[in-house]
Amino acid sequence: MTASTLLLFVALLSAAGFLLGRKRALGIADAHGGVRSLHSLPGHYGLYTAIWVAIPALILLFVWQSLEPAILSELVSRELTAEMQELPPERVGLIMNDVKNLVAGNIVSGAVSPEISEAADQWLSLENTFRWIRTLLIAGLTGLGFLFAWRLIHPDLRARNRVERVVRGVLIACSTIAIFTTVGIVLSVLFESIRFFQYVPVTEFLFGLEWSPQTAIREDQVGGSGAFGAVPLFAGTLLIAGIAMLVAAPIGLMTAIFLSEYAPRAVRSVAKPLLEILAGIPTVVYGFFAALVVAPEIRGFGESLGMSVASESALAAGLVMGVMIIPFVSSLSDDVINAVPQAMRDGAYALGATKSETTRQVIFPAALPGIVGGLLLAVSRAIGETMIVVMAAGLSANLTANPLQAVTTVTVQIVTLLVGDQEFDSPKTLAAFALGLVLFIVTLILNVIALTVVRKYREQYE
Amino acid sequence: MSNTNSTGRDAGTGLKATNRSMDRVQASLRRRYRAEKRFRAYGLISVVVGILFLFVLMASILAKGYPAFRQTFVTLDVYLDSAVIDPEGSRDPAVLRLADYKRLIRNSLQEIFPDASGRSERRKLVALISNGAPFQIQGLVMDEPSLVGQTLTLEFPASADLDMLMKGHIDRSLPEAERRLSDAQIGWVDKLVEQGRVHKRWNKALLSNGDSRDPEMAGIWGAVKGSFYMLVVTLVLSFPIGVAAAVYLEEFAPRNRWTDLIEININNLAAVPSIVFGLLGLAVFLNFFGMPRSAPLVGGLVLTVMTLPTVIISSRAALTSVPPSIREAALGMGASKMQATFHHVVPLAVPGMLTGTIIGMARALGESAPLLMIGMVAFIVDVPQGFTDPATALPVQIYLWADAPERAFVERTSAAILVLLAFLIAMNSLAIFLRRRFERRW
Repeated sequence: MTASTLLLFVALLSAAGFLLGRKRALGIADAHGGVRSLHSLPGHYGLYTAIWVAIPALILLFVWQSLEPAILSELVSRELTAEMQELPPERVGLIMNDVKNLVAGNIVSGAVSPEISEAADQWLSLENTFRWIRTLLIAGLTGLGFLFAWRLIHPDLRARNRVERVVRGVLIACSTIAIFTTVGIVLSVLFESIRFFQYVPVTEFLFGLEWSPQTAIREDQVGGSGAFGAVPLFAGTLLIAGIAMLVAAPIGLMTAIFLSEYAPRAVRSVAKPLLEILAGIPTVVYGFFAALVVAPEIRGFGESLGMSVASESALAAGLVMGVMIIPFVSSLSDDVINAVPQAMRDGAYALGATKSETTRQVIFPAALPGIVGGLLLAVSRAIGETMIVVMAAGLSANLTANPLQAVTTVTVQIVTLLVGDQEFDSPKTLAAFALGLVLFIVTLILNVIALTVVRKYREQYE
Repeated sequence: MSNTNSTGRDAGTGLKATNRSMDRVQASLRRRYRAEKRFRAYGLISVVVGILFLFVLMASILAKGYPAFRQTFVTLDVYLDSAVIDPEGSRDPAVLRLADYKRLIRNSLQEIFPDASGRSERRKLVALISNGAPFQIQGLVMDEPSLVGQTLTLEFPASADLDMLMKGHIDRSLPEAERRLSDAQIGWVDKLVEQGRVHKRWNKALLSNGDSRDPEMAGIWGAVKGSFYMLVVTLVLSFPIGVAAAVYLEEFAPRNRWTDLIEININNLAAVPSIVFGLLGLAVFLNFFGMPRSAPLVGGLVLTVMTLPTVIISSRAALTSVPPSIREAALGMGASKMQATFHHVVPLAVPGMLTGTIIGMARALGESAPLLMIGMVAFIVDVPQGFTDPATALPVQIYLWADAPERAFVERTSAAILVLLAFLIAMNSLAIFLRRRFERRW
């Protein structure tokens, strides 16, 4: 049976367990003087049985599924011929890949040698045996679980408490996934980065001024030494994010002020959702628009003024990214502006201040921490934005502050280094993880500062 | 402001002084009102800029994209020559499958244009018809071998270049070397048009085919199905897990460091760049667990991890909006904490949770950066049939087509964007509908 049918099978058995458990509880209750003698509702006894049927089997299935491929591959590779065994580990890996492809019915690199097809046959027969063992084990485990619960059912069994304890455990497990995710991100990026830093020193990576991640495939290749100085990428990222913020910060802020302080209700109810649409448009659409409409326009305009503009200028990517962030800035600023107590506005009006004076001299200073927090979040978003820059910014790592030239960013390089088939031990692919580590750390710091500032600010007025 | 202050201070010193400061206030008023108007105008301009951009974006994509829904077709009379298809007359499917159907099309075209002679001329002639046309005949013949020997009048998709010419994207006034179609080809096309063999029809291929190198055969159905499988995985995982996490944090979690840590993590994860989740998927799901590359299952897992914070945050908001009196009433009737939560609080919060989940799904549907990392950018022709088949996603397909050099792909990219936006609008409308219809305000 395949894993999904097994899953269905366990689910059905578990449902049967529920019904039988409930029935058993009711039957026992009759012998002890009615349903009232039960500690818990009959359904709780059913659930208790269902849990015992399902949970152990599911745990086994999960463990089995995660271990099976590795064990299979190990067993089959041990059976390879002696001369294959002596090959270096990468070559053995390639052979095993061929075997797996043959098993899956995919295209195999080159002709199929008899050894490989033999190994594939062996793989299939082993897999078949494994499947049988798995099915039997799981069937046995559900049966054992059922018997165990069945024997335990008794009017005094605190079924509800036990069931609730399990449910609570499941809830806790679900809520810790967030922590596992963070740990997973840190570990996955960190491990590969450490491997990268064995090839390239940290200082060279962080402070080197030249980026050209081509590594030599052959020893005698020309120009393939590879340079991993990431400063041009950081500069490019900051340049584009800076342009984006120059667009988004004033426009977003003024939009928020206008909509919350000036606009009549009717305008607000139309303009706000319209601007929120901007936030809902996928970034790939912005990227397409930047590359196909904005960049040629800027280029044409610049050339009509006699300036040389790269066809993938930082300006185009930055402008479009800025527009993308406008709704983000404006909705965050809207929140903090609305959190400023009305009494402060009334006080300013009572002194004869105009609306703009109130806004600039009373509301703005009061809301400043929150606004700064929101802007920091927006910066973190601009730095991490990928699709717009992949499609509209270039690949050439220029160290320049001229927005009309092409620059490249951290995210663009991560994508270009990792897209396509890559081996996993070249500094070229590992560099992507080092860049990812930098990106994660920088955005993490920005986010934590911003979230703390915003929260402190909110508490101040609540 | 200083004027206002001085008015107050001078109020007691006499009428004359008051007058003077009143004068100063009066004199400054015009300036202040001008500043007021300017400030208001800045605000208005900002709003208008944002909305204007939205309209320009939409209009440009709509203008580029809608022609892609119509495709040029060429009607040809094809003689299914048994000497070409099946010289031995065995009607064996293996023979029929491998026959040279392209030659049939060439023959049919040559009948219309006897003047085209020589290899390169003939090749140019055949290039007017899509590369998919031979497969169309192949399909017909495989289904109905008795057709061999007959002459059929068939409609073939025109090649992308002819299509672009008909849609006015190829400038006839350019010198021949700079055009994708030669003078001779344009002459042939004009003659075909004269004979009434060229017309535009609804482009079925765009919505029903998988990807292709030939723009006229390329479609988004493979990408749509890939996105669908991914969203199913994401929904099935992120909704229950997100709700469970939200219920725990909102209803059961004690206030302690561990809970704080979880909360900080969730808030931070919501702001982590999406590409970092792609790195996680690559390192953990692909390299560590050895899951298949390019599979919607892995894409769905990555998107689950990415949308989970959104789902948790909105589910928590929905739970907080349920008034405490509901919980207290349930507890007062003797329900356990768990029963009060799952029988009374959660059902009331479900509409809000669903709304948040749908919005999270919409965001996941538009996401492409993490999918690039896990190999979903591969060129995949076949429409995926399951969760582990190699697939691509709609936004990734847009990215791939946006990179393609042919002019015809620009049109199709915009059309794919229109389809993506239609899905997003549908999902968001559903969310708004749910909110309006079911959400209770307490």
